Amino acid sequence: MGEFKVHRVRFFNYVPSGIRCVAYNNQSNRLAVSRTDGTVEIYNLSANYFQEKFFPGHESRATEALCWAAGQRLFSAGLNGEIIEYDLQALNIKYAVDAFGGPIWSMTASPSGSQLLVGCEDGSVKLFQITPDKIQFERNFDRQKSRILSLSWHPSGTHIAAGSIDYITVFDVKSGSTIHKMTVDRQYMGASKRKCIVWGVVFLSDGTVISVDSAGKVQFWDSATGTLVKNHLISNADVLSIAVADHEDSFVVGTAEGTVFHFQLVPVTSNSSEKQWVRTKPFQHHTHDVRAVAHSPTALISGGTDTHLVIRPLMEKIEVKNYDAALRKITFPHRRLISCSKRRQLLLFQFAHHLELWRLGSTVATGKNGDTLPLSKNADHLLHLKTKGPENIICSCISPCGSWIAYSTASRFFLCRLNYDQDNISLKRVSKMPAFLHSALHILFSEDSAKLFVASNQGSLHVMQLLEGSFKHLHTFQPPSGGNLVTGHRESLGGHIWQMKTLELHCTVPAYNFPVTALAIAPNTNNLVLAHSDQQVFEYSIPDKQYTEWSRTIQKQGFHQVWLQRDTPITHISFHPKRPMHILLHDAYMFCIIDKSLPLLFLDLLDEKTLVAVERPLDDIIAQLPPPIKKKKFGT
Amino acid sequence: MVEEESLRVVRCGGSELNFRRPVFSADSKYVFCVSGDFVKVYSTATEECVHILHGHRNLVTGIQLNPNNHLQLYSCSFDGTIKLWDYVDGILIKTFTVGCQLHALFTLTQTEDSVFVIINKEKPDVFQLVSVKLPKSSGQEIEAKELSIVLDYINQSPKCIAFGNEGEYVAAVRDFYLSVYFFKKKTTSRFTLSSSRNKKRSKNNFTCVACHPKEDCIASGHKDGKIRLWRNFNDDKKYTYTCLHWHHDLVMDLAFSVTGGHKGTSLLSGGRESVLVEWRDTVEKNKEFLPRLGATIEHIAVSPAGDLFCTSHSDNKIVVIHRNLEASAVIQGLVKDRSIFTGLMIDPRTKALVLNGKPGHLQFYSLQSDKQLYNLDIIQQEFINDYGLIQIELTKAAFGYFGNWLATVEQRQEKETELELQMKLWLFNKKTQGFVLNTKINMPHEDHITALCFCNAEKSEQPTLVTASKDGHFKVWILTDDSDIYKKAVGWTCDFVGSYHKYQATNCCFSEDGSLLAVSFEEIVTIWDSGTWELKCTFCQRAGKIRHLCFGRLTCSKYLVGATENGILCCWNLLSCALEWSAKLNIRVMEPDPDSENIAAVSQSSGGSDLFVFKPSEPRPLYIQKNISREEVQWGVFVPRDVPESFTSEAYQWLNRSQFYFLTKSQSLLTFSTESPEEKLTPTSKQLLAEESLPTTPFYFILGKHRQQQDETLNEALDNELVQLPLTENIPAVNELLHTPAHVLPSASFLCTMFVNSLLLSKETKSAEEMPDDIDMKEEKESDDSDEENDFTEKVQDTNDTDLGEDVVRQLSKAEEKELRKFRKVDYSWIAAL
Repeated sequence: MGEFKVHRVRFFNYVPSGIRCVAYNNQSNRLAVSRTDGTVEIYNLSANYFQEKFFPGHESRATEALCWAAGQRLFSAGLNGEIIEYDLQALNIKYAVDAFGGPIWSMTASPSGSQLLVGCEDGSVKLFQITPDKIQFERNFDRQKSRILSLSWHPSGTHIAAGSIDYITVFDVKSGSTIHKMTVDRQYMGASKRKCIVWGVVFLSDGTVISVDSAGKVQFWDSATGTLVKNHLISNADVLSIAVADHEDSFVVGTAEGTVFHFQLVPVTSNSSEKQWVRTKPFQHHTHDVRAVAHSPTALISGGTDTHLVIRPLMEKIEVKNYDAALRKITFPHRRLISCSKRRQLLLFQFAHHLELWRLGSTVATGKNGDTLPLSKNADHLLHLKTKGPENIICSCISPCGSWIAYSTASRFFLCRLNYDQDNISLKRVSKMPAFLHSALHILFSEDSAKLFVASNQGSLHVMQLLEGSFKHLHTFQPPSGGNLVTGHRESLGGHIWQMKTLELHCTVPAYNFPVTALAIAPNTNNLVLAHSDQQVFEYSIPDKQYTEWSRTIQKQGFHQVWLQRDTPITHISFHPKRPMHILLHDAYMFCIIDKSLPLLFLDLLDEKTLVAVERPLDDIIAQLPPPIKKKKFGT
Repeated sequence: MVEEESLRVVRCGGSELNFRRPVFSADSKYVFCVSGDFVKVYSTATEECVHILHGHRNLVTGIQLNPNNHLQLYSCSFDGTIKLWDYVDGILIKTFTVGCQLHALFTLTQTEDSVFVIINKEKPDVFQLVSVKLPKSSGQEIEAKELSIVLDYINQSPKCIAFGNEGEYVAAVRDFYLSVYFFKKKTTSRFTLSSSRNKKRSKNNFTCVACHPKEDCIASGHKDGKIRLWRNFNDDKKYTYTCLHWHHDLVMDLAFSVTGGHKGTSLLSGGRESVLVEWRDTVEKNKEFLPRLGATIEHIAVSPAGDLFCTSHSDNKIVVIHRNLEASAVIQGLVKDRSIFTGLMIDPRTKALVLNGKPGHLQFYSLQSDKQLYNLDIIQQEFINDYGLIQIELTKAAFGYFGNWLATVEQRQEKETELELQMKLWLFNKKTQGFVLNTKINMPHEDHITALCFCNAEKSEQPTLVTASKDGHFKVWILTDDSDIYKKAVGWTCDFVGSYHKYQATNCCFSEDGSLLAVSFEEIVTIWDSGTWELKCTFCQRAGKIRHLCFGRLTCSKYLVGATENGILCCWNLLSCALEWSAKLNIRVMEPDPDSENIAAVSQSSGGSDLFVFKPSEPRPLYIQKNISREEVQWGVFVPRDVPESFTSEAYQWLNRSQFYFLTKSQSLLTFSTESPEEKLTPTSKQLLAEESLPTTPFYFILGKHRQQQDETLNEALDNELVQLPLTENIPAVNELLHTPAHVLPSASFLCTMFVNSLLLSKETKSAEEMPDDIDMKEEKESDDSDEENDFTEKVQDTNDTDLGEDVVRQLSKAEEKELRKFRKVDYSWIAAL
């Protein structure tokens, strides 16, 4: 008989959406990633690639372009024709401006960061001025015949290259007129009836325009004369994306075959100054289309339909070979999508537009350590709760008693009461929600299911008393400082228990320079356990208002090297009720020190003897994606 | 005169042509390749061997053009010398003695006075690349002892060394690393690939290397079929490489083509797939193929002008390929790729040597011209070039009826019980001058066929073939009317099946007149009457299984000779049905001479192989040659001579009418001769050289002759015209006038005297004196430039002179002639007044 009985749950058929755009911000070393469902995620590359923030998706908002401008401002544009600016502090959308040019296919910020350029379906290129709090339409450039799929500024800001269908246009920014029109071959060697779509252009400071297109070519153009300089056929399928390094000595392209090619500017001979672009290394980390690539100073970043975000460091650019120099593949969001009702053995799964409630199976058999026990009762799908409206669910939670479900979208907060009548379940929505409670970033029920804690996007924490069929608003905490909200909302979550009695701020945990990825309070010792994105774990004694002795000794000794080399953040912490000395931590692949080959999404302790682990095999996700481009494999 | 020379074993049938990378001449007219101890010069247009450069006393291991004179060739050999040749005339110019075994040779334009060689000095497996300073000396034999090590611990193969970017660096590969030595900086960079075995069958081993002619780019071939293109390798940190992957098996050789103009440089690669791949612009997606080259590509060479490529193949073949990837010529040596099953045979029609050739083919090799005539496809199936496949093997072949019939046996055995056996009979078609398949017999026997022989008697009406098999039977096949309604088609059917106590039939042979058939069943020899197929008698010696069996010929036709595995040679008298004599001799090869009574036997002993020639009538051998080869001799054959030799010495008389060829285990074809066949060949092939200077196109034959006639008539006409005039080309004044630029010429009035004087006062004695002076001066100038180029440049100069002379003659003969005649009539007294 092992220490734990483990439920290995594999019926959570969650499929992340594919990555559409990637934008890298050099100043803050942050990466913005937009997915096909409209979700925008922000990764902090200096904080161990932790997903810091996210903006929930929206059905009608298919993001086609994403860019950073004017320092830290993030803009996106999509097929609904709107340009959206995100509020990175409040984690919501600041405003949306219609460009009035039909669906927007491309967007780019000027090198100075003061102007924004969008390419639209109707062939127009529109210039917007970025004002401190909004964007202002300035003027149109010469309208082209077909949609503008890609745009790039010359680093001096005087010229623009725009990729369209079958040709590339070079504009003068001052006059807004076309200087050159460069026609792209429909196919490499020989004619084809299929149109050649220029998926991406890059304008280099020496006047070279690099284009990638649907015929699988990477072409180098001289923008001064409008002529083709060099041609690289690299793929039989489309080349979908291109990104160039800041120094313009290397660039990266992504193809529909899932291959990412690296090009480098290499001197022709060692003693001549003449340089040429050479395709160097191919990387095959994706199975599907690579829709977006980015080039950070030390790494190639790619993302695509197969939902992985791959960060491939460039070895020659890295001085110290530490664990940062390893390849990273990020598939799952760094947040909880699953909550668990311990008393009723229920699991609540959160999807983009619905929630699923499952009852765990049970067994009567007992076995030795490592045995797989036969199920006497299969897992039950109890409830399928669909949200109304086009917005995605931000967060959800089920109460420990299993009779309450709370979830929130970007504009509304929902609370439901579940009634169990043998096998039948009835759901009743709590209708009257207070006006201030319209969007939550995090929801938690208290251990006795009597109280509900909601962290709102205004940076406040609401505490509510749950009664049979209704609720009562108890208190609202305003955190003393705005601070980092992601850190903040989780911190305030932890803070609430000790605030319950006095209803006032007890203390503030000292700040640490890496964001908190998970935290929990041990029920019997009242110690707060914090996990940070650099894999450090702290224990903070709430009554003593200081770090515990254990935490201090650990910090002195340092963690084990293997532990520090983990690259996925800890997403959940739970405690063993009988053994307060044990802390259970888990991240996407691992639970404590026991390594699991399958991605682990959730793990919790049901009771003293039972663990529940939700796994999601990657093969299942790939099976649900559209089929990749068929490639002949040698020897088959 | 002939008998004074001693008989010795000489190599023939060409040596390996594919041992080292071939080299093109600067004008792409010739391709050079090493061949044993020689260097052969082939014409790329006609595939003919133009010259054989002999002089080395051991295997030639490397050849390179002299970078300073493209009409000269360096070669190096295991005998420790570097030789410089004039390949146009086939003359050895100089010999540099280095002293140790040289494994490969490299030359560079930048280092005029030194070449690079691979040597191993101390340990047997440690090789160094060293530069050898070639001292400038007028002597023929020069010692070159000034060596300096460039790279140590390198791979022995010259494919693993490449010089790049006009000699700025040298790249060497070995195992898992690439080292680049920079001559200017005198530093070595080393790039290592992971050799981890834990990755599934990771085979990163380097196999070959090549350097881009213009850019700093090194291409390396790998065991897993990948080609890596290294760039930025002068920076240990920022180096980068690209992969090209098409080959599924190891890359055997790489070469960059040298091209100018709009077409970029392309990379050529080849391997076991027998496909030449051209990577245009060295881009993965832009590749061209030349497939079906027949055998593994061992080397790839590119001509200096870039218009021709050539590949050398494992079947001892060089294919010359035009740059648009069309094979233009094939230089085929004796195919030595695979093991020989059929043994050596002589095609009675062409007198060509016949043996296994390309997979599934019989090759016909002309010994006289030392070149392959053709390959006959026997198996007629696509050969899949993959390691570990069990192929159909051509195991037996026999000619019958003066070359009219050919019988072949092919087999394939995958498992013990699954034998696929096929016998084919081929009829020589006089119209097409080739063998045509007549009958195909599936499973002629239940088990392997051990022997095959035709009844070659002149009087027999019906062609008869006998096969002996391990299944205990021998079968007699005869040519009969097939069931064709027109009674025109003929085919072979089985006539008789014989056996003897279920013993395995091991050998069979017909007597000379065809009346008797001898079949050996393991230790027993049975004699059958070929008319009635009756068992006449048996001989049993209990001396081991019979390995060879043959009847005596001519005066010795009453004898039957057999050799057993236990090392006994027996000779039976057929008239007395008794053993005539026996001898203890471990015989490997026994071959009767078809034109005499002689039988040649090669015995194997611990020291080597010995040859015995004897007549069945007497147990004393006619001739013994000990130690003809260190290796085991596998096959032998007598080849009738076209012109009988006249050895008067009794010991050599057996060689008067035919020549004995034998093949050793390492597949070198050897024979007995007083001179080497290559030496014999040269005089005939030298004739070709004269024609070589002109391309031999069909037009040449028409126009060339026409032009010759034209030239003759023109010369005649000129001679006629010049009757009164002296030879203008000999007059220095005229030459001076015509060759000096106009702006430096003195005034016309000054020249006039000289010019007219020279024309009119034709002082033959004077001009004759002046002419040699002129040439002497030229020679002096040239000899200052270089000694080596001397004879050639002189030639060129001569032709130039004559050309110019003709021009002068023509110019003068037209308009000026009239003028000059006028001058003659004019009174010259006024000139004197000036």
